Formats: sequence, C-alpha cells, structure tokens
Amino acid sequence: MEELPEWTCCGATFSMSADSAMGLVAPTRILASAKEAGKLLTLCSFCYNTLKRTNRVIATDAEQRRKVTTFIEEDYQGNVQTVHLLEVLRDEIGFEALAARVSKRLDGLKVAPYYGCLLLRPAEELGFDDPERPTILENFLKSLGCGVVDFPHKTECCGSFVAVSSPEVAQACSARILDAAVKQGAEMLVVSCPLCQYNLDRVQRQVQAGRGRATGVPVLYFSQLLAIALGCEEGCLHLGEHVVDPRPRLSKWLGQTSQATALV
Amino acid sequence: MAAEPAMVRFFLMGKRHDVPRGLTIQKAMEYSGYRLLRGCGCRGGFCGACGTVYRIGSDYRLKVGLACQTVVEDQMYLAQIPFFPAVKATYKVEDLPPTAETLISLYPEILRCVGCNTCRKVCPQEIEVMRYIAAAQRGDIAKVADLSFDCLMCGLCASRCPAEIVQYHVAILARRLYSRHIAKPATHLTRRVAAIDRGECDADLEVMVAADSARLKALYNAREIEPEDLEAAGQE
Repeated sequence: MEELPEWTCCGATFSMSADSAMGLVAPTRILASAKEAGKLLTLCSFCYNTLKRTNRVIATDAEQRRKVTTFIEEDYQGNVQTVHLLEVLRDEIGFEALAARVSKRLDGLKVAPYYGCLLLRPAEELGFDDPERPTILENFLKSLGCGVVDFPHKTECCGSFVAVSSPEVAQACSARILDAAVKQGAEMLVVSCPLCQYNLDRVQRQVQAGRGRATGVPVLYFSQLLAIALGCEEGCLHLGEHVVDPRPRLSKWLGQTSQATALV
Repeated sequence: MAAEPAMVRFFLMGKRHDVPRGLTIQKAMEYSGYRLLRGCGCRGGFCGACGTVYRIGSDYRLKVGLACQTVVEDQMYLAQIPFFPAVKATYKVEDLPPTAETLISLYPEILRCVGCNTCRKVCPQEIEVMRYIAAAQRGDIAKVADLSFDCLMCGLCASRCPAEIVQYHVAILARRLYSRHIAKPATHLTRRVAAIDRGECDADLEVMVAADSARLKALYNAREIEPEDLEAAGQE
C-alpha cells in the first residue's frame, strides 16, 4: 500500500447534473494519478462514492471522457478500481484472518453498525453490499469480538448536507437513528462517513437529555475500533475530539497491554 | 537551410509591431516606442510585475510569461496583466495560530476550489498552485510554504481561478505563519545579536573607525570568513 504523493479533495459530492463536467475534473485527476497502481483505496464513504461513480462515467461515456481528460491533459480510460478499506478487509485479508490478528478482542462491547447512504447507494453503480440488508460492518465488528446490535435504521440518511441549510431537519434524522440503535441495546455506533460521524455525534450536544432522546452515545469510525483491537497506540486515534467521549466505555482496552486479552 | 528572418512580428493589445528577433517582450515593447511605467519592475525575473498572457498564431493554448524573461516570438499576441484586483486580509501574524482554521477564516474561498488546476497551468514559475491550495485546506502550513516558495505574486493564478481564490495571498500568509510559528528559530542569529548587544564587537569597530584607507584594505583582505564555520571545523 502506497500513499498518493499528491492529492486534492475529490469534491465530496458526485454531481447530480449529468451534463456537468466540472465535478468530474478533480476525481478524474485523482483516479488518473493512481492508474499505474490500478487500485485506489479510500476510507471515506464520500470519496468512495464520488470516485467510483466518476470512474464509471469516464469508463463508459466517451464524450465525457474526452472532455474531461483533454481538459486535465491526462490519458485516462477509467481502469482504476476504487476500493473501500472494509472491502479490502473482507475480500483481500478476510475477516477470519483479521480476527486472528486481533490482539485486544472487544468482547462485551455492544456496537450498532451504521452504513448511511453513500457506501450502499446507488447499489447498481457501487456494488458494495446488499443495499437493504448489508452485512459487511456486522462481520467486521464480529471479527473484532464486538457484540453486533441490529437496528432498523442502519441504512437511513443521517441528514447529510442538510445540516448546513436546515439543521433542525438533519438533527431529527440523526436523533431518530440514535434512538433506534439505543433502543436495541447499542452502547455505541460505528460509521465510515465523516458527515455521518459529524451529524450523529454533534446532534447529541443539541438535543435535550431526558426528553426521550438518546444522548451520551459515542459515534466512532470503524477504523478507530480496528486500531484499538489491533493494539495501536491511543494517541493516534484522537478519541478526545469526539463530542461524546468514547474513552470511558473503551477504558478496558485503552492503554492496556495486549497480553492481558490473549487468554480470552 | 535558409536563415531565420531577422525580424519577428508580434501584436501588443492588437497593434502590430516588427522587432528584431531575440528581444525579450519587455525590450520589444521599448523597441516599438513604449515607455514602461507600470508592469515593469526589477527586469530580472524576480518582482512579478510584468506578468504577460499571450497566444501564438491560431494555437488555442493560452501561454504566460514574465515580459522581462520571455523572448518575443513571431505571431505572438500579447497583453500585460500588471495588476489584478485581489482581496487581501489584514492580520497580525503573531496572534494567528498556524492552522487550517486560520487560513479558512481569513480566506474562506479556498474551500471553493474545484480542482481544475488552471492556476498551475497559468503559473509562469510552474508552481504547484492547486496542490498548495489543497494543502491549505488540510492545514499543512509547512507544505504550502514549501510549494509556494518561488511565488513572485504576479497574480496570474488569481486572474484565471473559477473559484475566485487569490492563491498568492493565501500562500504568503502560510509562509509568514511558517516562519513565525513552525520554522526552527535561528539560534546562531540570536547568539550573535546578544553578543552585539553586550558590546563584544565595539572594540573591533572602533579600530576600523580609526583606521585609514590602506589599513582598512589590509583588514578587509585578512578578514575572518564565516568564523562559526571555522570554529566548527576546528572542533572536529
């Protein structure tokens, strides 16, 4: 695995306008910069969605391909495969092999997997997992030793960009997701998308505790739990920057040597 | 093989001029009778005052160069951009933390970058302008400072930016933040200033003030060069 020497923002949104080429420019340049490797890895749901859908346009729409590649002055035919880290863990490493490498099993931790929209939809373009009944996060969490909490809102929208224009609408979306997860016994949620993390975590600062709304529920990136389970240093995880501090619930696994859990 | 014609024909803001081959754009303008009051500064490729855009014949590509450095070509159609309107934030760099938030609060338009790379294509210094704007968005101040180091602030990037970013003002803010808050302090300079303040150089200076011309020349020729280097060499 090699980091791209240079990269820019992908635009974070796949253009809803089919004849607009400007939104394709930045993601196409990023894809072209990975054409030697042939495979581009991302952690972020937005990047995954934008890069993968852009690549489909470049690979299948000759007119857009000509327009965009002559503008960026790159010969790019759409040969780069965009993969998400969860896909690499599932398809290339394998969840069983991952489980074997876990040095701190997160036994007893009840986690709700939250997919949101961008990893799954549009399913015919992304092909990430079953858009209605996805299982990749569940299997990932099981391989770390977590208890998986199923809940009906795991593929609902968190409110996304609406948080900018109509914050109360986004807050209602996010609060509903948290409530549903907590009702099923979740102690925390894991996400892959930075905007899901932002909305679900931050809404807990805005809703009033004790009015039937769930508060104090940490919202972590799947990669943070992965790092803890693999025994990474806590310092690189920035756990203190969350609105809801996950460290009290995770204290059992933080700053502890991996030998202690080897017996489990 | 026929020799190249001695004269070339170029067009300055649409007006035709014939000038000897080999002149810079700046000298070609003066040869044609113009007196340069604006859009001309150091004449050495450093000040960025003489940013020029041009096309050659019917080639669609827009080209750029500094008028003092770029040789005039046949069928060159050019105009100078000596000044481009640009918003500039005022700040006290001492009070600003070297973070993405600082750059974004003073220049929020950097988040409008669509990644078109036109700034890079138009830069006469071939600076990776889009890359340093990406670094600015991420708060990588050291990288902005490094990538933008050769910027002359000619303004051509800002003239072409569809997001209306004034890249070179963002870059100079980053370089100021870098030198103020991130770069290692120059300890040898601090030591030398302290030594001067303590009066350690006064006696030597008084000798020179009292010396006549011949004595000054002798002192100059026998001077110690880079004394700290000599010291360091002596210690090894």
